[in-house]
Amino acid sequence: MWALLRKDLQIEFRTKETLASLLMLGLLTLVILSFAFDPTSELRDEAAPGALWVAVIFAGVLGLNRSFLAERENDCLQGLLLCPVDRGTVYLSKSPGNCLFMMVAQLIIVPIFVFFFNLPATAALGGVFLALLLGVLGFAAVGTLFAAISVRTRAREVMLPLLLLPLVVPIFIGGVKVTARVLAGKPLAEVAQWLNLMGGFDFIFLVVGWLVFEYAVEE
Amino acid sequence: MLRKLADTVLPFLTFVAMTAAIFMVFVQVPTDKVQGIVQRIFYFHVPLAMMTFAAFGLVAIASGFFLWRGSRFWDRLAPSSAEVGMLFCTLVLITGPIWARPIWGTWWTWDARLTTTLILWLIYAAYLMLRTMSGTGDQGARYAAVLGIVGAIDIPIINRSVYWWRTIHPAVLITREGGSGLNDPSMRLTFEICMLAFLLLFGWLLWVCNESGRLRDAAEDLRQQVIEHEPQR
Repeated sequence: MWALLRKDLQIEFRTKETLASLLMLGLLTLVILSFAFDPTSELRDEAAPGALWVAVIFAGVLGLNRSFLAERENDCLQGLLLCPVDRGTVYLSKSPGNCLFMMVAQLIIVPIFVFFFNLPATAALGGVFLALLLGVLGFAAVGTLFAAISVRTRAREVMLPLLLLPLVVPIFIGGVKVTARVLAGKPLAEVAQWLNLMGGFDFIFLVVGWLVFEYAVEE
Repeated sequence: MLRKLADTVLPFLTFVAMTAAIFMVFVQVPTDKVQGIVQRIFYFHVPLAMMTFAAFGLVAIASGFFLWRGSRFWDRLAPSSAEVGMLFCTLVLITGPIWARPIWGTWWTWDARLTTTLILWLIYAAYLMLRTMSGTGDQGARYAAVLGIVGAIDIPIINRSVYWWRTIHPAVLITREGGSGLNDPSMRLTFEICMLAFLLLFGWLLWVCNESGRLRDAAEDLRQQVIEHEPQR
């Protein structure tokens, strides 16, 4: 498992393809969404958490698409499946890897988000990162499973968001809620139920993904 | 034998029950005092919604059995049930707003129940698309089964999250479907007949879908046989 994770990280470290595309996409989504709201209106502040999460989700979908497309291009998936390990283990190395890439991208996107939306750079950002970590983990847990499925279908670029977006609705709602509250200066305890929900979502779908992944990659 | 029975008896029973249901709803049952004539749509809306949940539940069960046992029977049952469920879910989403417009004064509100139904519709639309786009055979069936299971596990979580989401953001109106209650005994009878009619309709449509799936599989098998025998001719 560690070897598989290290392999993905090493490839990424050498090429920086996924990370660069995640970053640029997140950034572009933020810019485009900034145009959607009048910069002087109050609506803009209200929409800020939503904008961040839309950027996270859109960039995430494209990043996940890449994660199995790269394996497929050189028939690496075959090799991966020939590894003398359980298929579930492959899943458990792929999904934290995807989660890690997305989190690293967030480390750069969040400061830019703060910068664009004129938000106070306070300790509240810790809460935002906690929400992002929980959200991105759940997103990667479901997404890795369905990315493995959608690379084998026709119209694969479209298929992944179609499958994934309705399923991650709880993550999205929870993430936006927590981000909005935390940025408004409320303590974390107030959003505990949302954090619990997201944590529960992550746990459930990591287990489910680990159990059913073998059906998703079998030839 | 059983097949013939289902082919003749099921549509007949469905026809009788549906005729009775339509008669009850449009002629027999008294008009609701508070909501007026539009309340009658409730007798179709609620049974449809219940059958939708039954259908999507069946998808999850059939998907689970398929991954466990790998038999063609479960594999055919799951998408048939999803197709019928999709039809019913669409009808729920159409009949709901027709009722909501005069009663709530709006076609749509982001109420927990409405939102859950909409997301349910989106998930199973994706299920059917996945089914058609992943080609024939075992592979597509397995992929769809994975989604069938993951979707069913996700639904309670989605419901929880949209419920909290709505309660923090107050909705336009407090909802209680059929808020006036079914006090009149003939109202309750009508509702029960409608439930039965839609249960039968669900059973029959499921049967038809399942049969067409079976025939499609049989035709595919025959085609394979023909291809195998071709060179020897």
